[in-house]
Amino acid sequence: MDILITGLLLGGTYSLIAMGLNLQYGVARIMNLANGEMLVIGAFAAFWVFTAGQISPILSIVVVAPLAFLLNWLIYRFMLLPLVRRAKSAGQLEVDSILATFGLAFVFVGIMIATFGGEYFTYSYLAEPFVILGETYALNRVVAFVLAAIMCGLLYLWLNKSRPGMAVRAVAVNPESSGLVGINVSRVSAFAFGLGGAVTAVGGTLISTFLTMDASIGVLFTMKALIIVIMGGVGDVRGVIVASLILGLAETAVASLIDPGLTLAAAYFMFILILLFRPQGLFGRRSS
Amino acid sequence: MNGNELRNILLAAAGLGLAALLPLTGSGYLLSLGVTVAMYTVLATSWALFSGPTHYISLATGAFYGLGTYVVAVGIDTLPYPVLLLIAFVAGGVAAGLVGLATLRLSGVYFVIFTLGLAEMIRQLVTWVQNNWGSHRGLYVLTDITEEIIYWELLAAAALVYLVGWWINRSRLGFALRIIGNDEVVAAHCGINTARSKVLLFMVSGSVAALVGGLLAPRWTYIEPAIAFSAMLSFQVVIMALLGGASRLWGPLVGVIPFTLLWEVISGHFPNQTTLLLGVAFLLIVYVIPNGILGRLEQLYRAAREGAG
Amino acid sequence: MKRRTILKLAAATALAGTMAFGGAQAADTIKIGASAPKTGPLAGGSTVTHWPNIKLWVEQVNARGGLQLKSGKAKLELVEYDDQTNPGEAIKNIQRMATQDKVDFIIAPYGTAFNLATAPIFDKYGYPQIAVSAISDQIPELTKRYPRLFFTLGTTTAFAQAVADILVQMKNDGKIGSKVAMVNVADAFGIELAAAARPIFKKAGLDVVYDKSYPLGTQDLSPIVKGAKASNPDSFVAWSYPPDTFGLTQQAIIQNLDVKAFYTAVATCFPAYGGKFGSKVNGNLGAGGINPDTPAMQAYAAAHKKITGKDADGWASATTYASLEILEQAIEGVGSADRDAVTDYIKNNTFKTVMGDVTFKNQNNDVFWTVGQWQNGKYYGVASTGRPGEKPVQLKSGWN
Repeated sequence: MDILITGLLLGGTYSLIAMGLNLQYGVARIMNLANGEMLVIGAFAAFWVFTAGQISPILSIVVVAPLAFLLNWLIYRFMLLPLVRRAKSAGQLEVDSILATFGLAFVFVGIMIATFGGEYFTYSYLAEPFVILGETYALNRVVAFVLAAIMCGLLYLWLNKSRPGMAVRAVAVNPESSGLVGINVSRVSAFAFGLGGAVTAVGGTLISTFLTMDASIGVLFTMKALIIVIMGGVGDVRGVIVASLILGLAETAVASLIDPGLTLAAAYFMFILILLFRPQGLFGRRSS
Repeated sequence: MNGNELRNILLAAAGLGLAALLPLTGSGYLLSLGVTVAMYTVLATSWALFSGPTHYISLATGAFYGLGTYVVAVGIDTLPYPVLLLIAFVAGGVAAGLVGLATLRLSGVYFVIFTLGLAEMIRQLVTWVQNNWGSHRGLYVLTDITEEIIYWELLAAAALVYLVGWWINRSRLGFALRIIGNDEVVAAHCGINTARSKVLLFMVSGSVAALVGGLLAPRWTYIEPAIAFSAMLSFQVVIMALLGGASRLWGPLVGVIPFTLLWEVISGHFPNQTTLLLGVAFLLIVYVIPNGILGRLEQLYRAAREGAG
Repeated sequence: MKRRTILKLAAATALAGTMAFGGAQAADTIKIGASAPKTGPLAGGSTVTHWPNIKLWVEQVNARGGLQLKSGKAKLELVEYDDQTNPGEAIKNIQRMATQDKVDFIIAPYGTAFNLATAPIFDKYGYPQIAVSAISDQIPELTKRYPRLFFTLGTTTAFAQAVADILVQMKNDGKIGSKVAMVNVADAFGIELAAAARPIFKKAGLDVVYDKSYPLGTQDLSPIVKGAKASNPDSFVAWSYPPDTFGLTQQAIIQNLDVKAFYTAVATCFPAYGGKFGSKVNGNLGAGGINPDTPAMQAYAAAHKKITGKDADGWASATTYASLEILEQAIEGVGSADRDAVTDYIKNNTFKTVMGDVTFKNQNNDVFWTVGQWQNGKYYGVASTGRPGEKPVQLKSGWN
């Protein structure tokens, strides 16, 4: 039971890391290697607001989310859209976006170091015990999990029940045909990219309440997010949630029952197994 | 072998010979730049041998490289160095072969991230084994191998990679791969064993990466997992190869040299903004040189010929 | 006032008469090279203990007119590079400083692997290398191989031994039982310390009831703390790195891991550690230490805060500064930038530093702090291999 809850909490953290990238890659077709840096920026913002004004990181989301949306929307509109337009094939766009966002990740790290320095940043927020069914958990992780669940739920509802959400899903499935049925593909893509960036930054804000970070740590999150998105299947919210939970549970089970030294090895092993038996990811569609 | 090919081989041999003279300048600084260039040339070229024709982007270079480094680090006190290099080479090939067999069904971005995950898994396993059964003294590679020797060894590895690449291009395997790259379905219909061709090539690039890891181990002296298995290395190799152009054998070379020099200029002159400026440089490259340096050169070459004709 | 104290300290250590502020005209400059991570995985540590001290030292020396050479005063000119936590870059940077920038002296890089990867180059060009952030059990072999390499921070075995000694002492005093839960980060440092600790703990009669590693970058350490707690230990020892030192402590607080001795390794002495956890970490043990109450250390801490705007940590910061003082005194002792003479001077003299007297025996400083403890919101050294001023170890009494 304890393993189950700890695993779920960790899975919640992972879904925060990966949800944004899923939107960016699934809809806007940009494999964003600067995603982890966006997460660290969100975390930095929370840290800064908290230490400067004792303002709760959860409140700071109100500011972080729109700013991150705007920043990412601008990035897509002025940096990535030209690449999308000039790309002759999906492969070409993949190569270009890997190169460009890799550069962007460097730029982000450079800016963060120039403004905040390279030290570890950490603070205590809701670092209190919280008892569920007789076992103790960190309150900040529980809060992050609840907010992650709310966020995923809202995203899922919005994508499946609303008209703009449907347009986003249509672009995720097939950009060419969406264009034919009157969807403005580049506008939807820019919106999805911005939304993905905002989700990632909010994830960073929440994660900063319990993880110690520094300006250079973003690449770790990027790698984790890539693995989860691919494991779940590109462009599907459910895929990310399920993959995150599987990873969280697997890591916790291995750490508690076998050896904590093997947690990450086990996580990657799961990932590899899933891809071997379902090459398109858990919820992915087989490409024609 | 026609005249053109002979000319190219002579040119390549002359280039390598010239490069081999670098340590004679006596400048340790140029030499360490040379080692960086040679190392990435070998890695990026062998990467492109597989990825150029197949269009598969592999992020596993770091895993094979780390494997090679660890083979040398673990065995240096018991086995002669050349034997260890051979073991590293074979181990890299075997590991790549297994990976290749496992990943046949994957394509596109799934393959990219699969190799990334795989590299991390290998790193985790090696670390875990070291943690539970390793010596508490740490892994030291204390040898008398100087930077000059490492440099020449890397040049020799480069020669080997170019020879293999040239041979593959001429062989049926290379032809098969080019068809696979254009259209895998067509290739399969032509009776090409696409699986075998891909795995073979992947093994070549895996063994070369492991060999390079083994060659460089003496340079680091003290081996720790974070140094041997660097995800950054995998990304850098891909970026240099793509920057140059992966469609020709010498493409990665024209990516590695300017990239290393640019990196050097930036890190030498702007120690506090290195990362920021490198990022900006990357972005500029993507926008200004869209088809890689190779594409740009070919474009210029065509323009010059049209101008002349 | 504080600056005056430092000047007194400096004056006592160097030649008399260097006090005069604008007295001697700078006859020359001495070029100092530094290469360490400003980005990459190790940057979080080097920006706390490494870079600020270099800045502090250069500013202080220049503020008093420079180094006193035979030819007159020479100001320091700093050349710095970012090695991006990449040993290849580190090697290139040292080469560049030695052959292109032609610096007079090079400050040792940050991290064990980085010091060892660059040692052949220091040696080739004849630069003394006073390594600080480097811990190894191979010191005799390494110093024999590289006659210009000096170690200051200690050996792996000594750190493990010191922790064992403290626990055994507490056990013999009847304050704790013999059950130890031990965890380590699965990276070179943690692996080596854990491996060194196993036989030492066993020999000392300690019973290791939980012994697990966790990968670098583990995002949830609660299963480890829970596992350790379930083994019902009397003490907890973690050979940890900065992010997990914070993470393990956080989890221990939340799970209320009630042990009488709680040890985490690197970064326990960081100001951010005390800043984050406050009084909760009173009684926590950590790797390395200082005696914060000596006048020299107080002056140093004040100057560090004033010039760099940050607090020094309780271990490597002051040791890094001491390594620079040693270099400074050796250059002034020789009276020129003759590197061979300076290297010999370092080998054959005793230096008065902020850490106390330092003498190198076979290029190794074997008097160093091994364990420290947070006591009343301040980090004190509690065990060393011969430093005066060790505070008595306190029992940890809960997380509050």
